[in-house]
Amino acid sequence: MRHLLSVADLGADGLDELLRLTESFVEVSARAIPKVPALRGKTVVSLFYEDSTRTRLSFETAAKRLSADTMNFSVASSSVKKGESVRDTVETVAAMGVDAMVVRHGSAGVPWQVARWADVAVINAGDGWHEHPTQALLDCFTIRERKGSLAGLRIAIVGDVKHSRVARSNVLAFSLLGAEVTLVAPPTLLPPSLAGWPVAVSHDLDDVLPKADVVYLLRMQRERQTEALLPSLREYTSLYGLTRDRARLLGDDAIVMHPGPMNRGVEIAAEVADLPGAVITRQVANGVAVRMAVLFMLLGSGGDLGA
Amino acid sequence: MDAEDLRRAITRIAHEIVEHNHGLERVVLVGLQTGGVPLARRLAETLRDIEATEVPVNTLDVAFYRDDIGLRPVLPEAVTDIQSDLTGCTVVLVDDVLFTGRTVRAALDALNDYGRPRSVQLAVMIDRGHREVPIRPDYVGKNLPTRRDEMVDVGQEGVEVGSMQK
Repeated sequence: MRHLLSVADLGADGLDELLRLTESFVEVSARAIPKVPALRGKTVVSLFYEDSTRTRLSFETAAKRLSADTMNFSVASSSVKKGESVRDTVETVAAMGVDAMVVRHGSAGVPWQVARWADVAVINAGDGWHEHPTQALLDCFTIRERKGSLAGLRIAIVGDVKHSRVARSNVLAFSLLGAEVTLVAPPTLLPPSLAGWPVAVSHDLDDVLPKADVVYLLRMQRERQTEALLPSLREYTSLYGLTRDRARLLGDDAIVMHPGPMNRGVEIAAEVADLPGAVITRQVANGVAVRMAVLFMLLGSGGDLGA
Repeated sequence: MDAEDLRRAITRIAHEIVEHNHGLERVVLVGLQTGGVPLARRLAETLRDIEATEVPVNTLDVAFYRDDIGLRPVLPEAVTDIQSDLTGCTVVLVDDVLFTGRTVRAALDALNDYGRPRSVQLAVMIDRGHREVPIRPDYVGKNLPTRRDEMVDVGQEGVEVGSMQK
């Protein structure tokens, strides 16, 4: 059984193939009837142990546009409240005969465990601080749509890298596709070690912005910050927020991205999110097409995802 | 069939399309990816020469409508590009080789999602037999009896029959 757990599993070729397949699903999504019968009779279940709006709805929309049946599971209204373990829940759901599980969990590695426990295709929709591969795919697709290719692009990833699974997956994906990645963050919001990361590091956003083709702002993840990593949010915004003044440093063709949900006024100014260079709603739209491609690749194509 | 035979067949099919539809009003070509697309383009050029009318050429990839999804690797070859509103049109599906008929069946399903054509006709360069669904072409370049395990390739220079490589 094949899964999508990490961007690293895909490799450059797998990424490229998925992005190419996504184009077909962008076309499907643009039609008057945006639905194809490709996954009729397949069942996709979302197993979300963490809150989510866009990822869960995006996967659900993607599955429905492929004519798959969808089931939803959220912790708040499930037997998890009665103390059921993840393994028992997974085995129970698998016994109902599902074809794919879309898993989000607050702990890194849970999707790998699920793949071991159940004989279904598993898609990692975010595991702790670790990875969020479909986010990286939709970001790569959005950049390609605007820039043609990622090769040689200078991409700045700004903000709370330490707690960000989006950053980890994107660093992998961007560098696999040939972009130069610079992380911009205060030292307290960087991981303790960056050994082996194919990135440059800067603490000066004003210096990085004029040279950047893509500015990727991360959400300040206040719910994951257990200690005082910042003197104050205001100080963070004044040094690392993409304020209106700072946005003037951007090149004319630079694009601004954010995985959502945005903290307007913290990492991004309210007006900046609405500037022409901001592709944030485009990211959401492409997210559906990318997830259709992933589901189709795993359940429909008979093709192989990566190695 | 060599390149000249191919050209003559395209010219004849173009004339048959005009004759059958009493002109080209609301006629739209849809080439099936990938082999049908160059043929559809050549047909449109020929139709322009004989009727001085521009016939829209659209392209369709049927991967997501196939009935063998999950049984063998199915991936789209190219992005579908249908710019015309097909409702009320006469759609001529164009493909290079008609074999089992399953691709055409999938294409009929796909067309439904783009509108309701007044009629759908089928033009193929080669009809090689072995149908598995009740589908017949309206315009045929050449009937070519084959064995099931043979391969038929329609290129610019003509038509070749080879053995299946597996």
